[in-house]
Amino acid sequence: MRRRNWFLFSALCFGFAFLYGPILSLIVYSFNESRLVTVWSGFSTRWYGELFRDPQIIDAALLSLRIAAVNATFAVALGTLAGLAVARFGRFRGRTLFTGMIAAPLVMPEVITGLSLLLLFVTLEAAVGWPSGRGVTTITIAHITFSMAYVAVIVQSRLSTMDASVEEAALDLGARPWKVFLVITLPIIAPALVAGWLLAFTLSLDDLVIASFVSGPGASTLPMVVFSKVRLGVSPDVNALATIIVGVVTLAVIVSGWLMIRSERRRERDVQAALADRS
Amino acid sequence: MSGAASEEPSGSGRRRAFWLSGRGLVSSIPYLWLLLFFLLPFAIVLKISLAEPIIAQPPFTPLFGPDGSLQATIDNFLFLLEDSLYIVAYLNSLKIAGISTLLCLLIGYPMAYGIARSPRAIRNILLLLVILPFWTSFLLRVYAWMGILRNNGLINNLLMWLGVIDQPIQMMNSDFAIYIGITYSYLPFMILPLYAALERLSPDLVEAAEDLGCRPWKAFLTITLPLSVPGIIAGSLLVFIPAVGEFVIPSLLGGPDSLMIGRVLWDEFFGNRDWPVASAVAIALLLVLVIPIMLFQRMNLRREGA
Repeated sequence: MRRRNWFLFSALCFGFAFLYGPILSLIVYSFNESRLVTVWSGFSTRWYGELFRDPQIIDAALLSLRIAAVNATFAVALGTLAGLAVARFGRFRGRTLFTGMIAAPLVMPEVITGLSLLLLFVTLEAAVGWPSGRGVTTITIAHITFSMAYVAVIVQSRLSTMDASVEEAALDLGARPWKVFLVITLPIIAPALVAGWLLAFTLSLDDLVIASFVSGPGASTLPMVVFSKVRLGVSPDVNALATIIVGVVTLAVIVSGWLMIRSERRRERDVQAALADRS
Repeated sequence: MSGAASEEPSGSGRRRAFWLSGRGLVSSIPYLWLLLFFLLPFAIVLKISLAEPIIAQPPFTPLFGPDGSLQATIDNFLFLLEDSLYIVAYLNSLKIAGISTLLCLLIGYPMAYGIARSPRAIRNILLLLVILPFWTSFLLRVYAWMGILRNNGLINNLLMWLGVIDQPIQMMNSDFAIYIGITYSYLPFMILPLYAALERLSPDLVEAAEDLGCRPWKAFLTITLPLSVPGIIAGSLLVFIPAVGEFVIPSLLGGPDSLMIGRVLWDEFFGNRDWPVASAVAIALLLVLVIPIMLFQRMNLRREGA
């Protein structure tokens, strides 16, 4: 027993070192004076200054954030409907195809999704004149299509672990289905919706391949600009960008974890109070 | 599943009632979206893979000629078979994805097991640490390895400083670098389903076997491993299928000889601007992946039914 624990402990240490070593190296060398990323020559924040003075990076970052926010909002709306249909509607005609279309985008190679969506947009434009040209709209539609699948999976798994008898009780008492959804289901699955929104936001912010296929002239997202930079070799301002992203993500995770623990405690207190009232 | 459907009349009348009800409306919005933007595009890819490239906008011949006759050709697919580059790229992609999946399993299984067996208080923190890298940019995590594996990168500098080597080892632009990149990027996708399978497994089973005199490794092989097979399959599919079509990792870390099909498709489309051949490559890739994708879908359905 002891020996196995020791083995598992070292496996965890090795695994986490493997996961975090590269990220740490990005952060450390973002503060390096030298242009040669991996030769240390002294502490400096000059690459952060260069990053913020690069209008190409700033424009691309703003565009990516905008697309990510619109995408996440639509993806949560569509993904919630899809998750609800799969988890609550029993068997309906076309259900197998429906679940297949939700599962497949999770594993579909990005080059296939990107190419197929581009060809769809080109064909649609030739046939009905929409979308005219490619750019922000087509990137957003493409992102919604694959991120809604992730949201649907999250919502569906939350719904399947939730106690459906609360909904059934409200229905039995005469509440209309949409009211049950708004008053009972939605508050219970709200954490899943927040998680889905954040995930969809990140997926969109991160996507290079699909955006490259369906983008047009003038619409360069942040990953597209970063890719064209790093393709030529390592560049220190990309390290600075990575450090900012890692910092923001870590902060967001800590804050959301803290909020979750706080709301959980408050809920427990409310339950205690309600029980005390009754006795 | 909800029991409400059983109150409705059976047969086609029930089906029609479903689609006319509010529930039908709820499911038809995402349904139509996915039909239009996920399924229909594949039909168009298939159509264009049967067209001929021309210099025009769009750069392929229409499926029906001006006189209404069908203009389909399988030349693009024959071309894929004739030029050994494509076959080599397909086989190489399958090989690289397979080996990387195995590496993910070798690193991910002990980690998932370690997390599942750790005290409940720190389990969620460890899980969060597995997921956290996934929230930071994928592109930048691949880029991090460029700085580590380069000739004057972190590993070579360290080894030369230690005096282990006096010439840098060539690690970048090789299949080795691609293995590292894929294993690194996809490791969380392997660990999460493995953890889900191992966490459900009661440690009492293994303890009972050991109390009865079973050796630890035998208890692992006969109890833990077989019971975690669903997790192994789910994790392997989540890594293998997207890895076969990977583009970013081979193009940043791989060399000119490390051909992968995702990169070939990209070059065919952006470099040669040959849309029909790029479509044929996509259809062929889809045919290779259709069995693992269906397996993945069946696992999802079974998990949902359980």
